Amino acid sequence: MQLQEKIVEKVLFLIALSSIFILALITFFIFEEGIPLILKVGPKAFLLGQKWIPSKGLFGIFPMIVSSFWVTIGALLLGIPLGLACTIFLSELIPPSVGTLFRPAIQLLAAIPSVIYGFWGLIVLVPLIRNYMGGPGLSILAGSLVLGFMILPTIITISEDALKALPPSYKAGAFALGATHWQTIWRVLIPAARSGIVASVILGMGRALGETMAMIMILGNAVKMPTSFLDSARTLTTNIGIEMGYASGGHRQALFATGIVLFFIIMTLNTLAIFLSKRRAH
Amino acid sequence: MDNHHTDKKAGVMEYRRDGLKRRKAIFQHSSTPILLANGIESTHANSKLLRWLLPLLLILACVGCQRSKAGITVAGSTSVEPFAELLAEEYMSRHSDSHIYVQGGGSTAGIEAAITGAANIGMSSRNLTDAEKKLHAVTIAKDAIAIIVHPTNPTDNLPLDKIREVFSGKIANWKELGGPDHPIDIVTREEGSGTRESFQKFVMGKEDISLGALVQDSNGAVRQVISSDPNAIGYISLGLVNEQVKALRITGVQPNLENVNNGRYTLVRPFLFVFSGEPAGEAKSFLEFVLSPSAQKLLLKEGLVPVVEKLG
Repeated sequence: MQLQEKIVEKVLFLIALSSIFILALITFFIFEEGIPLILKVGPKAFLLGQKWIPSKGLFGIFPMIVSSFWVTIGALLLGIPLGLACTIFLSELIPPSVGTLFRPAIQLLAAIPSVIYGFWGLIVLVPLIRNYMGGPGLSILAGSLVLGFMILPTIITISEDALKALPPSYKAGAFALGATHWQTIWRVLIPAARSGIVASVILGMGRALGETMAMIMILGNAVKMPTSFLDSARTLTTNIGIEMGYASGGHRQALFATGIVLFFIIMTLNTLAIFLSKRRAH
Repeated sequence: MDNHHTDKKAGVMEYRRDGLKRRKAIFQHSSTPILLANGIESTHANSKLLRWLLPLLLILACVGCQRSKAGITVAGSTSVEPFAELLAEEYMSRHSDSHIYVQGGGSTAGIEAAITGAANIGMSSRNLTDAEKKLHAVTIAKDAIAIIVHPTNPTDNLPLDKIREVFSGKIANWKELGGPDHPIDIVTREEGSGTRESFQKFVMGKEDISLGALVQDSNGAVRQVISSDPNAIGYISLGLVNEQVKALRITGVQPNLENVNNGRYTLVRPFLFVFSGEPAGEAKSFLEFVLSPSAQKLLLKEGLVPVVEKLG
């Protein structure tokens, strides 16, 4: 029996190890494919180049890096206020019984496939933007609006956890000092849960930067530097998604190199989020 | 600290022992008698089952290898893919013992697959480059590229050089083409697409397509965008033009089968089947079917231009 347990332990360990192994394999492969091209083109020409014309050997992804951040910041402008308001409402203002109705609904937002968000954006939002605000409609604004909704579950779930993890004495203390409910929320609870809330925003940001399918459908994928929120744009992820079907040789390597840049951005954000949520625990 | 650690360990041990005891108890209660009663019979049944299963598996494996022997792979251009699928289905309904696997991947990938032998037939929606000329290529049909706009767009005829200026971004407003005062939304295909390569060659020449152009990754997506945007212009396969969009006349020539056949409409590209050598066996038989009048008629119905004169 003792032996059997040891075997089970080892097998589970191996299975756990395999997931790390797969991650290492993917990382290795992305770098192995992408690095040669970055070296060939030059890191500066690759990261800061303004033109992406693979058929002519021009691989500048600067407009895509900028577009990725435009779209993400736009999404945060919508997602943070909405998400925070939702969190406060859920954790402080409504009775728990009503919360059990709202919470699954918000989690359902995360379960909707991104292609559905994209389709909805394309059919509903894009014509509205084209008709009422000008431009082609397929734009950063449309992308940001859709992404803003897509990151809501991430922001709400994690920041609500942060609020719930606060010791009840904070609230009791604030009430005892005569603070109103709103004063308690705004001056005591939110500042105390700040690092968790920031972590939720950063994870939402990672989600927004990584979204591909919906963005391919509604951003329009033009490869020039965006100059307004009504411009079409191409993010790092959509660059890979839209061109992988036909890419070969150096072009394919360039898409993997795009993946490397994305890898570093997402890694930085996740590390930041982990660091912040650890600090909360102390 | 140390104390705490050993405490925890002891706890784990205790838990394990506990688990053991419980499991033993379960064994004594129920499992043993059942084992005694059914043990012999069940092993007997197992070996019987095995005796049947083994030959069955062998037969299945043989069927499997025969299947894969008879099957051929056709891979390449996503423009040709839907038509190849249709032809393969028709072919398989006639030859029930063969199987044709159709895969996408793009013209270049398809040609590469034909060279390396990863596919028996490569599909290409562009002409072969000089380096690829040593391959055996057969035109199975021709496809025209139509320049399309929204149905409400007043423009319905443009010369080729104006189209070039629109797509390169030199003409940026419909006003310059006699239309309403509104910026032009250019829609193009992604880099590497066979349709884009052909369009670049036929229309753009040395000029680049504007970097500000919207990029969509399929004929269908281009058509979707243009059908909903009154100011858009783009290009798709003629076979996929429908009532949602309007195909422009180019210097007065309407894009249709007649004008493609008599050579007046010039934006025409070949759909190629590429072989690494002389086609043989199943691949040859499939090619013969594709070039037969009945298959060509099928392609004509789907909007392509047949390469066979008499369709019977």
